[in-house]
Amino acid sequence: MSNYSEESILNFLGPYKGNGSAVLRSLQLVQELLGYVPDSALDIIAKNSNVSRAEVYGVFTFYSDFRSTPPAKAVVKVCVAEACQASGSASLISELHDRGYDIHKGNIKDDIQMEQTFCLGNCALGPAAMVNGAPIGRATCEKIFAATSAVTA
Amino acid sequence: MTQVFVPLDSAALSMGANEVAQAISDHAAKAGLEVTVVRNGSRGMLWLEPLVEVETEAGRVGYANVSADQIPELISAGLLTGSSHESCLGLVEELDFIKNQTRITFARVGVIDPLSLADYEAHGGLKGLRNAIAMTPADIVNEVTESGLRGRGGAGFPAGIKWNTVLNTEADQKYICCNADEGDSGTFADRMLMEGDPFTLIEGMIIAGIAVGATEGLIYVRSEYPHAIDVLDQAIAIANESKVLGDSVLGSGIKFNLEVRVGAGSYVCGEETAMLESLEGKRGMVRAKPPIPALVGLFGKPTVINNVMTLSAVPMILADGADSYQSFGVDRSRGTQVFQLAGNILRGGIVELPFGITLGDLVNKVGGGTHSGRPVKTVQIGGPLGAYLGVESWDVPMGYESLAEVGGMLGHGGIVVFDDTVNMAKQARFAMEFCAEESCGKCTPCRIGSTRGVEVIDRIVAGEEQAKNLELLEDLCEVMTDGSLCAMGGLTPLPVRSALKLFPADFGIKVEVK
Repeated sequence: MSNYSEESILNFLGPYKGNGSAVLRSLQLVQELLGYVPDSALDIIAKNSNVSRAEVYGVFTFYSDFRSTPPAKAVVKVCVAEACQASGSASLISELHDRGYDIHKGNIKDDIQMEQTFCLGNCALGPAAMVNGAPIGRATCEKIFAATSAVTA
Repeated sequence: MTQVFVPLDSAALSMGANEVAQAISDHAAKAGLEVTVVRNGSRGMLWLEPLVEVETEAGRVGYANVSADQIPELISAGLLTGSSHESCLGLVEELDFIKNQTRITFARVGVIDPLSLADYEAHGGLKGLRNAIAMTPADIVNEVTESGLRGRGGAGFPAGIKWNTVLNTEADQKYICCNADEGDSGTFADRMLMEGDPFTLIEGMIIAGIAVGATEGLIYVRSEYPHAIDVLDQAIAIANESKVLGDSVLGSGIKFNLEVRVGAGSYVCGEETAMLESLEGKRGMVRAKPPIPALVGLFGKPTVINNVMTLSAVPMILADGADSYQSFGVDRSRGTQVFQLAGNILRGGIVELPFGITLGDLVNKVGGGTHSGRPVKTVQIGGPLGAYLGVESWDVPMGYESLAEVGGMLGHGGIVVFDDTVNMAKQARFAMEFCAEESCGKCTPCRIGSTRGVEVIDRIVAGEEQAKNLELLEDLCEVMTDGSLCAMGGLTPLPVRSALKLFPADFGIKVEVK
C-alpha cells in the first residue's frame, strides 16, 4: 500500500486540478487509492488544488474518516451511540477490550483494528458494527471475529 | 417463473440477507427451479429480517428471520408456493404492523425493486414530476406550501416558505441540496428510503429544482452509509440514461443534474451550514445566520436545503394534491411522519403514520415494549440532541408543538427506547461528551461548554458540592442554549437537563433539583 508516486496521485486527482473546492474530495480519493493519506499527499493535494498545505491539513484533521497511517486488513466500526447503548453495546465493547481492542484508540492487533463510530443507521438491531463496510446486526464478539477472519485469512 | 424477494437494505444485510439471496439462487439452479430473486428494500419490520417474500396468486407471502442454511428445508417445505411453515407470516400486507400504517413516503419501500424505473412508474412514480412540469414554478411552490409540509430534518420549518424565498431570489445559479447526513442515533428512515426507493428522492429533488429554478442538485450522504451511496449512484445513472435527469427532464427542456457527495465522519455536517462548507470541500464549520442559505447558500448562491424525508414527500404532494397530504395530521403538524423505533425495542423499524399517535401507543402497542422484556424507563426522541421523556409522557401526541410543550423535540422522528437498567447520569454525561467530540469548534459555549459539562456532571455524581455544581450545570446549560450558533451546542442541554429533572436519583442527588 505504500507503493505510490506523486505522479500516480496527481493522475488520480487530474479532474480536480486547480479546483480549490475539491480538497475534501481529493483527500477521499487518495484514501480510496492508498487506504490512508500519507503526509506527502497533503502537499500534492495542496499543489493540485491551488490552496495552502495548511488548508488541506485543516480539512484532513477535521474529519474523523481520514487516517494518517495504513489501516489494518480488517477495520471494524463499532457503534457507541445511544440506540446501541440501549441494546447493550457497553458489554460488547468491554468484551472487545478484554480481547485486546480499545475501540476508542483504534489499535491494531492481528491485522484487525477496531474503531468507535457514532451511528451506523442500524438502530433497531443493535449493537451495530461494520467490518470493512459489511454491516453486522445484533453484534457479538463471535459474529465480529467470524467476519474479520473471513477478510484477514 | 417464481419471484422471491430478499431485501438489499443494509439492516437486512446485517442479518445475513446477501447469504440468503445467494442460497436461494444456488439451490434453485441446482434443483432446476425457475426462480427470480428480486432485491427489494426493507418493509421496515426490522426484527423480522431477513424477511423473504414470495409472490403468490393471493399476494406476497413472508418468511421471517430466514437464514441461508435453512433454504433447502424451506424450499422443500414449499416456500416457493407460499406454503405454511413455522417461520411463515402469511400475507405480508395483511400483517397488523403494515396494515395499520399510512404509508405515503414509504409506500414503495420494500415493495418494489429500488433500481427498476419501470417498477417505480408502475407504482405511481413520476406522476408528481409530470404534473409539476405542466405547472408554473409559483404554483408548484404554492402546492407545497398548502400541503403544510414542514422540514423533516428536525427544525420543522415550512418547506414551501423556504422554496418561495429561493424562487424569488434572482441568481445566475441556484442549488438544491439534500441533507442525507442522517447522523442522529435512532434514525434510519433516510437510509432506508435511499436504499429502498431512491427514485422518490430523485423525483422530489427535480420537482424542487423546477419550482425554484435550480439546475444543480447535490445529495450529501454520510460515509457510514456505503450501501445507500451505492444504490443512489446506480439510480442516478439510470435516471440520466432514461432522461429523467439531464438537459431535458422528461423531454420538457428543463435541465436538472444530480450528484452524490459523501461526508467524512463528522456529525456536525448534518447542520445545514456546516454541510454547505463540507460540500465546498472545507472543514465543516458552522456559518452564522443570517444570511440564510435560501439567500446565500452553496458557493454563495440561493440554495434549498431539505432533508431526505422532506424532499421524498414532495412527489406525492404533486401527484395527489396538497389537500390530500394536508388531510393527515394534527394542528400545524400536517401529513405523515416516518417514526423510527430503535434501541431496546421488541418490534423495531419504520412506522409511517399521521401525526397525532401518542408516544405510549407508538412504543408499547406498535413497538411491543422493550426487547429485553424489562420495563421501559425512558425514551429519547429526536437523536442525541433530543430530550429524554419518561413514561408519564405516554399520552403526548406525536407532533412538533405537542412534544415541544412537554420539553421534547420531534427532530427526525427517531425514538430510542431504554429499559430500567439505564443510568441517566451516564446518558447525560454522554450527551456532553458527544458534543465535545463532534463540536466544530467555532463557538465557545459548544466547544468549551461541553467539556466543562462532562466535568461538572462527574463532580455531581461524585457528590462534590452538589448544590453548587448543580447551579453551575444549570448556568452552563443556559449559556450553551442561548449562546451557541447552531443546534449542536444549543440543544445538547436538552438531554442533559431532562435526564437530571426526570431521574435525579441516578445522579446520586441529595438536594432538590430546580
